Amino acid sequence: MSLSGWFQIVFYFALLLLITRPLGAYMARVYEGERTFLSRFLRPAENLIFRFCRVDEEWEMNWKEYSLALIAFSLVSGVALFFLQRLQGYLPLNPQDLPGVDSPDYTGSSFNTAVSFMTNTNWQGYGGETTMTYLTQMMGLTYQNFFSAAVGMSVAIALIRGIARRETDHIGNFWVDTVRGALYVLLPASLILALLLVSQGVVQNLNPYETATLADESTMAQIGNESGSGDSVELKQAVNTQTIAQGPAASQIAIKQLGTNGGGFFNVNSSHPFENPTPFSNLLQLFAILLIPAAFTYTLGRMVGSQKHGWAVFGAMASLFLAGVIVSYWAESRSNPLFPGNVDQIASETSPGGNMEGKETRFGIANSVLWATATTAASNGSVNSMHDSYTPLGGLVPLANILLGEVIFGGVGAGMYGMLVFIILTVFIAGLMVGRTPEYLGKKIEAFEMKMVVIAILVMPLFILSFTAISVLMPEAGLSSRNNLGPHGLTEILYAFSSGAGNNGSAFAGLNANTLWYNTTIGLSMLFGRFFIILPVLAIAGNMAAKKRVPSGAGTFPVTTPLFAVLLVGVVLIVGALTFFPVLSLGPILEQFLMSSGESF
Amino acid sequence: MRNLLTAVLFTFLTTLLFGLVYPLAFTGLAQIIFPHQANGSLVKDESGKTIGSELIGQPFVSPGYFRPRPSAAGDAGYDAGASGGSNLGPTSAELIARIRTDTELMQAENPAAKVPVDLVTASASGLDPHISPAAAKFQIPRVARERGISESDLGSLVSRFTEERQFGFLGEPRVNVLLLNLELDKRFPK
Repeated sequence: MSLSGWFQIVFYFALLLLITRPLGAYMARVYEGERTFLSRFLRPAENLIFRFCRVDEEWEMNWKEYSLALIAFSLVSGVALFFLQRLQGYLPLNPQDLPGVDSPDYTGSSFNTAVSFMTNTNWQGYGGETTMTYLTQMMGLTYQNFFSAAVGMSVAIALIRGIARRETDHIGNFWVDTVRGALYVLLPASLILALLLVSQGVVQNLNPYETATLADESTMAQIGNESGSGDSVELKQAVNTQTIAQGPAASQIAIKQLGTNGGGFFNVNSSHPFENPTPFSNLLQLFAILLIPAAFTYTLGRMVGSQKHGWAVFGAMASLFLAGVIVSYWAESRSNPLFPGNVDQIASETSPGGNMEGKETRFGIANSVLWATATTAASNGSVNSMHDSYTPLGGLVPLANILLGEVIFGGVGAGMYGMLVFIILTVFIAGLMVGRTPEYLGKKIEAFEMKMVVIAILVMPLFILSFTAISVLMPEAGLSSRNNLGPHGLTEILYAFSSGAGNNGSAFAGLNANTLWYNTTIGLSMLFGRFFIILPVLAIAGNMAAKKRVPSGAGTFPVTTPLFAVLLVGVVLIVGALTFFPVLSLGPILEQFLMSSGESF
Repeated sequence: MRNLLTAVLFTFLTTLLFGLVYPLAFTGLAQIIFPHQANGSLVKDESGKTIGSELIGQPFVSPGYFRPRPSAAGDAGYDAGASGGSNLGPTSAELIARIRTDTELMQAENPAAKVPVDLVTASASGLDPHISPAAAKFQIPRVARERGISESDLGSLVSRFTEERQFGFLGEPRVNVLLLNLELDKRFPK
């Protein structure tokens, strides 16, 4: 750990704190349909979309209509992405002549990717530069980066409306909310960010891959034969050229971060020098990851008429986030006791020190752990270092962030509605403690809401724990995909299903998840993890909107105080720990003890 | 049904706007404002032949060059068409064995100092163009010996190619291996 590292972490957080209010207020205006400074340019496009799709912008939906529209859109756009991948070999903008995804043999990859991007997970079972044509990257993946994010924001706004309104069954119009989120929030921010990223060296072109002649012409490569067929001849082959992947990356990377999508243009995501070339591009992308989720706390405060409540929620999220950064930074800065003694693992002014396996020199330890924490606190899932190579406790932090439900700022919209589920649970528990009907911002919390809350909270652990357990019991389909043995192998599998069901998308990437079993089961986890939270949330929104407002009394638990923030943090941690402690103790916690005692696998 | 029709129309139009117009228009913009960066920050020799990218690491194995970090990209390493990390965990026997072997080789070339950790650990992308200043300093004795030049001359060249933190505080100090080696060939040809 270094002073410079801490300074960069504090600087980042200060930026986030500064933007929360102006952006949050702007988003509230956008979703309330008020004029903003961008209306002059964007209003014509908005009108065009409404007219073309025959959407009446004044018409509002009840929660069932809202849900149906959401499902119809997810279905249509998801199916479109599936066929785009399968047919990409016949379509233009394919300079590398890549075949359709899943051809000739179907392994579930195109299904998995379609679900993955439609649910805002952006889990990547494939390597971008070796699989996807430029057309698929733009029309399929960039598109879903915008719209799966806009859908999540719409759901959060619908829930906030449900809390704020009374005695109505209308919670907004899905099409209108989704267009406004994409046009007024995501698009302008993406344009600015993409331009800044190109200035730092992120590529943006439609060229075929470049071939470079290497400077060291005597470079020889050893290509081992790993077929295991007994033929262990090592082939020596002269390598004197380097193929350099290209593509329209910046426009996609900008929205990948802003929409907390996280699906990379290249295989290694934001650790690729073309995807994240400099420390400044790293700061910009980090900032973009938590920008909208943080601002949502202010939007919440504004729309429900209690700004203090918004800040209390921000405080709860911020304290969990900073705790994660501190633990991860500490763990990754320490030496690995299994390395030989003549490796210098101590940080200095000229050396990053610490656990540098799977980390880039330009980012060092501090920027890597800050990213790992932010990307899993939000349901972003992009990486600038390889989580699979983290120390046991360093890797536990991103895993725990996902398992807690990605409510520490969380995904755009998804973090807000996820946290609101926990807030309702917290208020309910507080109500039970004093023995009166719990209420939240003037709305009574009753049996129906609690049923929906319980469904939303339990669906993720159900899929994570069941699929992990089944995979571990299957030597062929499940275990053979591991890249690491011992407890670390269990963590790889657990992380994959957590990332899927949590709609995160980051990975312990050693696990070979591009198999029929993992593509299918992770695909299912993503679907259920998305829609079995969204539907209960919309049901809560509809039900809350219909209620009367009760004036707060002496027995009302105030949701604007530090005490509330502490209780909220406690509920989030306890629910997570009760559910996942057993499996975590067999994975990262056991690995930490074994590593300290010098065991390797 | 009504919803499905709306969804089809909506997906069609917004795909055109956000999936084609936005990225293509932006590609045009980027090509006008930042053509060098947008096309991969390529490095060319006098004849105009591409010899690499400033941002992408290259393999160097000859002892007269500074070596980059180990790479897990592609079968041979530094395959910029197939980026990748090792994804080996801290208790992986394979990782420990690899580090042990590499450390012994490195140590034999410069017994006077400990081996900086970044020189024996693989980067996340497998394409890391940089090494730490400590890792560059560690290799100075070998490269100076091979090229028949003094360590202090080489040391000042390395200092010149050491990039400080961006804006004075962002990221980590680092040395771009490709640019340093190209300069090495120019200034001290073998």
